[in-house]
Amino acid sequence: MARLSPISRPDRYAQRINREQSPWRALTVPYVSIMLASFIPAVFLASVMPIFPPLGFVMLVAWRVMRPGLLPMWVGVPLGAFDDLFSGQPFGSAILLWSITMIVLEAMEGRFPWRGFWQDWFAASLAIISYVLFAIVVSGATTTPFHVFAAVPQIIFSVLFYPVLARMVAQLDRFRLARTRRVG
Amino acid sequence: MASPSSRRTGFSKKAQYSVFTGYVFAGLGALLGLALLILSLWQPSSLAPLRGAAQDVTAPAGTATAVVRKNSTNWWDYLSGYFEAADQNAALRKEVELARVKLAEAEALEQENERLRALVALAGSEIEPVAVARLIGSSASSSRRFAVVNAGREDGIEVGMPVRSPRGVVGRILEVARNSSRVLLLTDSESIVPVRRTSDSTVAFAEGRGDGLLRIRLINLGVNPFEKGDVFVTSGAGGYYRPGVAVAVMSEVLPDGGLAQLIANPAEADTVSVEPIYEPEAVAASQIPLEQPLSDELLSDEPQVAPPPGGAPDASENE
Repeated sequence: MARLSPISRPDRYAQRINREQSPWRALTVPYVSIMLASFIPAVFLASVMPIFPPLGFVMLVAWRVMRPGLLPMWVGVPLGAFDDLFSGQPFGSAILLWSITMIVLEAMEGRFPWRGFWQDWFAASLAIISYVLFAIVVSGATTTPFHVFAAVPQIIFSVLFYPVLARMVAQLDRFRLARTRRVG
Repeated sequence: MASPSSRRTGFSKKAQYSVFTGYVFAGLGALLGLALLILSLWQPSSLAPLRGAAQDVTAPAGTATAVVRKNSTNWWDYLSGYFEAADQNAALRKEVELARVKLAEAEALEQENERLRALVALAGSEIEPVAVARLIGSSASSSRRFAVVNAGREDGIEVGMPVRSPRGVVGRILEVARNSSRVLLLTDSESIVPVRRTSDSTVAFAEGRGDGLLRIRLINLGVNPFEKGDVFVTSGAGGYYRPGVAVAVMSEVLPDGGLAQLIANPAEADTVSVEPIYEPEAVAASQIPLEQPLSDELLSDEPQVAPPPGGAPDASENE
């Protein structure tokens, strides 16, 4: 059928007989990937300075920027709470900062609806930089310039890592919407 | 590319309301986060059980990565060893010759030490570790420096116990869960350890600075006697750490102390041991407000965190 008329199957993700998207997968992949990303930095040992990008947050921003409207705006509450369990920040800091990020990104998108790779990267970088700096402020320790200096490599690494993570999110999104076999 | 048209509300009241509700919920979420944040900054222990439970659940994953980390660092050493073998061999030969002499001297000193101890009737000061554990994780993306060890309340660990690796002090237990606990590392900016210089016992504080270095602050201000390369060990003041454990090496001298680098990098430690608090009485006494006079009842009211190790001076000295 697709060979006869290309427009009858507009994309690779549409339903076919016994092949359709799995609702389970479509709904859980973003959340699971963000939670996994929140957990990953916690199993590495950084005794000297923060070396790891705040992966959970970068993942959240990537999903938010790649797929606007997929995550509800209040998603910072459950996912932020999960991140707080492992990040070492005082509980509540990620809930607060992730919620604010969702609001700001939504408002920015309403204001500047035009998007592209560079704008996305720019917006995500701004979000990451301000997140890392605000996270230092609410970390429970008195903020000194040394904290900010120590965070510079982490910030640079996070910003450079964003496009890679955005590609990974795109792959995950393809996996999320891929047709799966459904018997019965 | 503009955002998908389905996200534009247009004139649909329903769509407009749903966007508005999204903002309201997200705003409420932010307020909830702020409230929780203030609560956990004001009462850090109030939400610690939540985190402890999460740590307990994920401890196996951390243990697995700890094993991998150990093997991978060994692998790197193994590989780089090929390139440095000859130089290293020569240097090590020289060092071993010196070390043999020092070892003989140390043995003599040890004998003398034992004789003197017997003279003043002090019991041997060997401290048995409460638990030997692995570092299974850390706050690698946060500006605070915490680590997690895979031993907890069930292994007898309690808050305040010092954690050390074979090379020196790593930190102090901050929160205890059932089978994992959180360690405040020396490099955290809230960590302070009383230290002394090995050569002449000049006392100072070693504070974490948040960027991996320790700030050494002299207690007695005056002419700064420190030099680059000085080694600092715990002084035993404060009661948490037992004296004589390596902490840091001075790397830069400043007017009122200096900057020092860690001796025991936790990332290189395979296992760490958690030791009992050196002098629980001193720790208990330091937690009584200044306005209250110190008395025996007050001190005994405080929970005894660990039995006093052999050789600890009598509690009456602290009064």
